Amino acid sequence: MTLDQFVQQFAEQFDETPANQFTPATDYKSLDEWGSLTTLGVITMVDAEMEKRITASNLLACTTIEELYNFIQRI
Amino acid sequence: MNGRFSLEGKTLLVTGASSGIGRCVAVECAKMGAKIVINGRNQERLNQTLSMLEGIGHQAIAADLADPEAVEKMVAQLPPLDGVSHNAGVSNIGMIKFLKENDWNDLSQANVFSAIWLTRCLVARKKLNRPASIVFTSSISGNDSVRHGEALYAATKSALSGFAKAAALDLASQGIRVNCVHPGMIETELFHSAQEVMNQDLDELKKLFPLKRFGQPEDVADGIIYLLSGASAWVTGTELKIDGGYTLT
Repeated sequence: MTLDQFVQQFAEQFDETPANQFTPATDYKSLDEWGSLTTLGVITMVDAEMEKRITASNLLACTTIEELYNFIQRI
Repeated sequence: MNGRFSLEGKTLLVTGASSGIGRCVAVECAKMGAKIVINGRNQERLNQTLSMLEGIGHQAIAADLADPEAVEKMVAQLPPLDGVSHNAGVSNIGMIKFLKENDWNDLSQANVFSAIWLTRCLVARKKLNRPASIVFTSSISGNDSVRHGEALYAATKSALSGFAKAAALDLASQGIRVNCVHPGMIETELFHSAQEVMNQDLDELKKLFPLKRFGQPEDVADGIIYLLSGASAWVTGTELKIDGGYTLT
């Protein structure tokens, strides 16, 4: 999965935040909609689409979507 | 312990006994004087549980209850039983849009079909004494409340509780009582692995419980002991919530 595709998949886990607000540099934890439901959405998206297991702690440790993408590439 | 809550002289099957609630039920029931047959998938962990049981005459049978043939084989080896505590089960957390085709089959086989087939085999092979008591460990999930990501798990647990009610009616004439316990959040290995994934603030989470703590396996075991004992002789088809008041709010 490319970074652009990842950003798009990441955005799809959000129901209210417009997709155009998501870029590789987005600080996702600062989004109003960030919470337990979107956390679960991203964790299960990464599991289903990338076959990688991440935890909420991993999501907390990263800041931008690109940083998270790079982290997932390394595991 | 004497009296109607005693399990003295009873022979019980406890499934899911290699960890968590099942292991605790086996330990507590042995303390109450019962002879226990424990079941689980992992022989080594089952042996650990066996070594924790007070008294003599206990035995362990390793079998995967999601496998119907393994259930039949295990039931054939069982002595006549006065009660069953069925705790075998697995969890699944995920969003609906990412469900895979086999997820439902796998989870329902482990959480629902195992209970149905075990009951069927015990009844067909006349392994249950009269009276006898079956207690299923279901959940508040799906029956009393749900949390994000629990769709499949909730569906299996409400199916299990539905089966228990129907079985209670069908088997009452044979002196067999069937009841469920509905635990809330219990601090088991399952709880800790889910916690690792979701990294929730435990102190914040605790505030959702009017009794201000998570449940311990012993809290559930005590409810199961009541339902296995003569103290609940006129109770069948019931669902006992053990959730620290979680579903009150």
